[in-house]
Amino acid sequence: MSTVLSETAIYISGLSVRFAGFAAITNLSMELRYGEIRAIIGPNGAGKTTLMDVITGKTRPTSGEVFLNKTIDLTQLDETAIARLGIGRKFQKPSIFEALYVRENLELAIRNGRGYMAMMRSRLTREQHDRVDEVLKMIGLVDEGRRIAGTLSHGQKQWLEIGMLLVGDPHVILLDEPVAGMTDHETARTVELIAGLKSPQRAVVVIEHDMDFVGEIADLVSVLHEGQLLGEGSMDKVRNDARVIQVYLGR
Amino acid sequence: MFATKWMDQSIEFGIVPVLILVTLYLPFAYFAIPASNALHLSLFGINLIGQIMCFALLALALDLVWGLCGILSLGHGIFFGMGGYLMAMYLLNAAYLDTHVLPDFMQYMGASAFPAFWHVFERLDVTVLVTIALTAAVAGAFGFVTFRSRINGVYLSIITQALTYALMLLLFINDIGLGGNNGMTGFTRIAGYRLEAVSTQIGLAVCSCLLLVVAYIGVRFLARSSFGRALIAVRDDEARMRFLGYRTHTLKLLAWCLSAVLAALAGMLYVPQVGIVNPTIVSPQLSVEIAVWVAIGGRGTLIGAIVGAILVNGLKFWLSAQLPSVWPFILAGVTLIITVYFGNGLWGTLKAAASNTGMGARR
Repeated sequence: MSTVLSETAIYISGLSVRFAGFAAITNLSMELRYGEIRAIIGPNGAGKTTLMDVITGKTRPTSGEVFLNKTIDLTQLDETAIARLGIGRKFQKPSIFEALYVRENLELAIRNGRGYMAMMRSRLTREQHDRVDEVLKMIGLVDEGRRIAGTLSHGQKQWLEIGMLLVGDPHVILLDEPVAGMTDHETARTVELIAGLKSPQRAVVVIEHDMDFVGEIADLVSVLHEGQLLGEGSMDKVRNDARVIQVYLGR
Repeated sequence: MFATKWMDQSIEFGIVPVLILVTLYLPFAYFAIPASNALHLSLFGINLIGQIMCFALLALALDLVWGLCGILSLGHGIFFGMGGYLMAMYLLNAAYLDTHVLPDFMQYMGASAFPAFWHVFERLDVTVLVTIALTAAVAGAFGFVTFRSRINGVYLSIITQALTYALMLLLFINDIGLGGNNGMTGFTRIAGYRLEAVSTQIGLAVCSCLLLVVAYIGVRFLARSSFGRALIAVRDDEARMRFLGYRTHTLKLLAWCLSAVLAALAGMLYVPQVGIVNPTIVSPQLSVEIAVWVAIGGRGTLIGAIVGAILVNGLKFWLSAQLPSVWPFILAGVTLIITVYFGNGLWGTLKAAASNTGMGARR
């Protein structure tokens, strides 16, 4: 167990991203490990979302290394290929297919983009079908399967999008502000949901501003500031770090 | 829930028997009903219905890419025109075998025989296959480049519109050898049957109806499959699809090529019924009009595209005969009213109303 826990999922070294003269990330190095829930915090413009863009292939880094399992160079792959490796990402704004049924959203996700011709006739396998049912239960939308996704509440949409990542049983889950705009009750349920994602075979990364939420779920907190790593440790340690207090927590 | 879904589907499927009834009615209305009866159809009427069915198929093709997949092509006339021109090449060849007179434009160019490559068009079945292959190849090449480069939305629309205009200018040139601005005409036979014969004209109109039925059933099946759901998902959030592991440009390319082939088949049936093809078939105006038919009928509903094409073209044939100068204003007015007050188009609005009264429907 302990050896699995320390295994590196995403290895980032000397990462820099520049957009037309603006340095979004500068010489960043960090490791995201299996079996942990990592929170990445930092003020606006700290480079949190850019980091996710790099890991998922949306943005190419200017320099530096990003590896999955220390062997697969993610900087050479596009979004689709990276998604197929089992790296799932939830966007800041709920990003679901509003015109389709809730169930259909999950069915598309579980197919994972393989076999377009087969999609014209084949139905899901028994196992895939059961997995969709299972995930519907996990995200609390069992009774909403035949509802048009666009009619869900904001919180339910966020859960559906997390569910779309879950059906594929990803190794790495990146969540960009999963509780933004949620009620307290919804946030509490989301905490349960995310805590349930923790597994020795999975790395979970959460970007969040809500400190109480971070304190509840995160094993380890990384603080970004102006594209650089400012500190790393438990929530308590980070809360008491003088530099972190100065740039972020303190006012 | 199950019952409402069944009702919803059966209403949608209702267009199939309606179109088949129209198909059966065409020969019956001409031969069996006396001319004095109001239900009698003249040859002109039958010919008109056949042409409108071709437009309906064209609209269905556009709805497949625009309604389902979100790709607004303002150049579908290119594929319609390709089908039309390639069919005309076959028809010219057939006319030559019939009359042994070279087409005028070839004589003016000083030719004594058809160009060598024209032999491809000696047989109708080969012509159909060549047209399908060529259209798919052209659409595939265009789609491959644009979709991979992630050209979307209004930029793609503008490119398609520019291309159809460029193709029209190209076809205006006499040296291309496709008849210049006069186009190609003087067709006499198709598959051995005399084109001027009543039975041939009725046969072509019937073929147009049947092809529309087959295409509708096929596209509807596709739309309801997981593949169709994936196209809708690409329309609504392409980035999300990429991050789920879908190669969205491949999905779009498949839909795009299929749509292009349907449009080409529509063009192939259209040309023998109007008896002429000229560069106006790829005018930007026609390509924009296709989008108008689909918008009026309700995009993304498939039936809406067919209904829109039939209504607008029916109205056009009727009104442009009565009040030719007023027609453009009427079309513009109707389009404005429908897009402003019925954003989902006629069929989309009907469906939404039906779902509110418990009949269960969705886009």
